[in-house]
Order: sequence, then structure tokens, then C-alpha cells
Amino acid sequence: MSIDQTETVGKTDSSSVESDVLDIIAKQAKVERATLTRRTALAELNIQSLDLVEIIFALEDKFDLEVPYNANDPRSAGVSFENVGDVIDGIAKLIAQRDARKTA
Amino acid sequence: MSRVVITGLGAVSALGLDVRAHSEALRAGRCAIGPLATIVTEGLVTKIGAEARGFDASAYFESGKLALLDRCAQFALVAAREAITTGGLGFRGGLGSRTAVVIGAGVGGQLTLDENYYRVYAQGAKRLHPFTIPKLMISAAASHITMEHGITGPSFTVASACASANHAIGIAFQMVRSGAVEVAVTGGTEAAITFGTMKGWDALRVMAPDTCRPFSHDRKGMVLGEGAAIVVLENLERAQARNAEILGEIVGFGMSSDAGDIVLPSPDGAVAAMQACLADARLAPEDVGYINAHGTGTAANDITETKAIHMVMGEHAKRLAVSSTKSMHGHALGAAGALELAATVIALREGFIPPTANFTAPDPQCDLDYVPNEARSQRVDVAISNSFAFGGQNAVLALRR
Repeated sequence: MSIDQTETVGKTDSSSVESDVLDIIAKQAKVERATLTRRTALAELNIQSLDLVEIIFALEDKFDLEVPYNANDPRSAGVSFENVGDVIDGIAKLIAQRDARKTA
Repeated sequence: MSRVVITGLGAVSALGLDVRAHSEALRAGRCAIGPLATIVTEGLVTKIGAEARGFDASAYFESGKLALLDRCAQFALVAAREAITTGGLGFRGGLGSRTAVVIGAGVGGQLTLDENYYRVYAQGAKRLHPFTIPKLMISAAASHITMEHGITGPSFTVASACASANHAIGIAFQMVRSGAVEVAVTGGTEAAITFGTMKGWDALRVMAPDTCRPFSHDRKGMVLGEGAAIVVLENLERAQARNAEILGEIVGFGMSSDAGDIVLPSPDGAVAAMQACLADARLAPEDVGYINAHGTGTAANDITETKAIHMVMGEHAKRLAVSSTKSMHGHALGAAGALELAATVIALREGFIPPTANFTAPDPQCDLDYVPNEARSQRVDVAISNSFAFGGQNAVLALRR
């Protein structure tokens, strides 16, 4: 895999989260998954606003969580959608928060 | 070609249940957005809207008739009654066959659809009420108006999402202007605040969580509204001959399509529609004193619309007033253009410009005079009202006092 593993993605089963996120982004962007790295910017993949909304929908469905993303105020989500690594980390964070709430 | 005047007006929305209430609310700059009360909001991201509070259908319809009417048709009928009654027209005895009914609606009987799908799919109902289909069809409101008033000329419904009402009114205007009919009862209606629809809007990620702040730097998106507004259009000679009170004149209508994105607006499409409207009305940019903007409060619309107004109006863009009354009555989708035309008619007649409510601070990319928060006393002779729909369907009306 060509993924740069220098950063950890949280204590949830990180490799499977990463793998699922990559699958979802690759599918939406219609690119080979192997061409994606953590540093790939979503803008480079020609992801338009509706594509991003579809990616978020797919992520929510896959991981059964809510991503509080508002297209008018993207920063409110607490997850950056700048590049692939941001998405992986953001989703890992949301999974950890969700699990913390479940065990609380 | 006949000149086309407005001789009747009716409105129902979160601002109130008649024209007088609309006038008071618009003048006061009162935002009617609040927590949703007509639906359960548990499980929704968006918990606010602009609902027609206090609308009690049983006050307007006897129970037998009510069983046939979705809320969408109820709103249209109530607004049509006000427009026709105050307009002083009767359609039985000849005029009915020379009158058209053209109504805009985005989705139609959505509450009926939702409720019955829930019964069938979720509750396993074995049968549905026989009125389900006639209640939910998008054209029901127009049909009921013809039946209640004995109008036997052309009647149909126009759907172009958020531009439906402007398209409907524009087509009705063309029909009266051309002489195809003498009178048209036209406008738009919508009652699409249902749990299922709100889930759909949530998924689009464009809804504001707090309120609607068009053109303001901290705007966070749109807020749904509901209601109806209906106008009676009449050729000028006829209106003068019967000494009708003339509330305003429709002087032009322009349309265009972006042929671009299904949700993102394009400045070029908006420019083309505004220019087509001005050309149709034989107006110069300098003639326009007020623009009732589409102004949804989304990041994309408000920047695009501002850019388009600059492109059409040139230097004059900075001198005219622009406001979005959606900041007060919400985005009523298929009824939006009609409520906004009603607001514009009221404003021109009464000599004030309705404000853009909830405005906090300017956005550098939205640099026009948006009449923030307080209505302004000002005589305006000519206004245009913009509707730019999802799917790039644009329709602009020009109005003279």
C-alpha cells in the first residue's frame, strides 16, 4: 500500500477504518484506491460539493455515525475534508467519540 | 398586447394568515422562523422552520371538503379566496371561461404522501383512504381553485422547484398580456415540512441550524417555510372599466436555464434571466429601485446572486436596494416566488422596502445594500423579484407600482 503511515489514526481498529475510508473516497472520485495517499487533496480528485456530500453520506452509513457537516459552514463539522488523511483522522475521532458515549 | 395589472392579492405563511398580517410583519422586519411545531423533530438535524402557525383548516373548510385537501391545497384555497374576494371578481356567468388558473408548486401533497407511505410501508396498512391520490397530486390546488370559484378556462400547475411560483405567475402574465385570457388567478403554494422531507433536506447539508441570515457573513444556510400567495391578474382595460383597485402592474418576465449543476447556481444563468426580464419590460437597469432577491442564505446562492446583480446592474447595483424576505418567511420552495411577489406588491404600494432580517455583519463577497434588519420608508416605482431554482431553472418578474 502506498499509504503514508507516519501518523496514527486513533485506537479504534485503525487499519480497517483507513481502508474503508479509502474505499469510499476512491469509489466516489472514480480513481484506483492505490493512487490515494494521506496527502492527496480532495480538490485534486475533482470532488465537487455534491460528491463530498455523498462521501459523507457513505461514511455515516458505513460507520453508523453523524458527521455534523454543513456545506455553508464546513469548519463546523470538526472534521476537515482537505485531504485524505484529514478524513481518515476525522472519522477515527468521531468513532472514538461515539464509542466513548456508548460506554459512558 | 394588453397591460397586465394585479387586482387581487392573498397570502398565507409564517408571517400571518392574510395580506394585512404580511404587511405588518414585513414592515416590522419580524422573523417568523422558530422551532418546528407541526412535526416531531427527534432524529432531525434541522429543528427550525417558518410554519404557518395558527392555521386552522377547519376554520376555512367544512369537514367533507377538508377530507379532500392536503395542507398544500388548503393554503392555496385560502389565499385564492382572499385574492378573489378583495379583488371583487365573480367568475360565474361568463368570465370563468376567460380566466386561467396557473399555480406553482414544488412537490404538492407531501404530507399526504408521507403519511400514507408510512401507513403502508411502516405500519403494514392493508388499504389506504380512497382520497389519497386526488389529495396528493401536485395539481390538486389549481383544480380546487377552479371548482370553488367556477373558473372554466385553462388551469394547470407549474413545477420548477424553488422557481415554480415565478414561472407560474410569469406564464399567467403572458397569457393575459397576449389576450389568451382576460383574467388569471396565479401564484404558488407549498406545504412540504414533513419528517421525511426534512430528512432529505438534512442530507443535503445546506440547512441553517440557527436562523436564516441571507447575505450576512455568518449565514449558515436556508430555513424551510410554507404557505401560499395568490394574485389576480387582469388586463388593464378590463380593470379600469370596472373601476377595480389596481395594486400594481406586472411589466416583464424573464427565464433562463443554467444547464450547469443540479444544485450549484451559476451567475450566468441568473444574469440571463434578469436581463431577459428587463428586456421584456423595456426597462433599463437604472429604472429598478428594489430587488427582492432569491437570497436563500446559503453560501453559494448569496455570492452568486450578488455577482449576477453586479453584472446586470453595473454601477447602479450599489444604488438600488436588495433584500431577502426569506429571512422572515423562510424558503417556501414552490410558494417562494409568490410570497416574495406579494411582499414586493405590498412594499411598492405602501412605500417601504422590507428588510433582510437576522443580518449581523457584511460578507466581503456580498457588497450590496441589503436593507439590514429594519424596513426602510422609500418610494420605489419598479422592482424585480428573483427566483433561481435547484437545477438551474431561473425566473424573474418585474413589477411597477
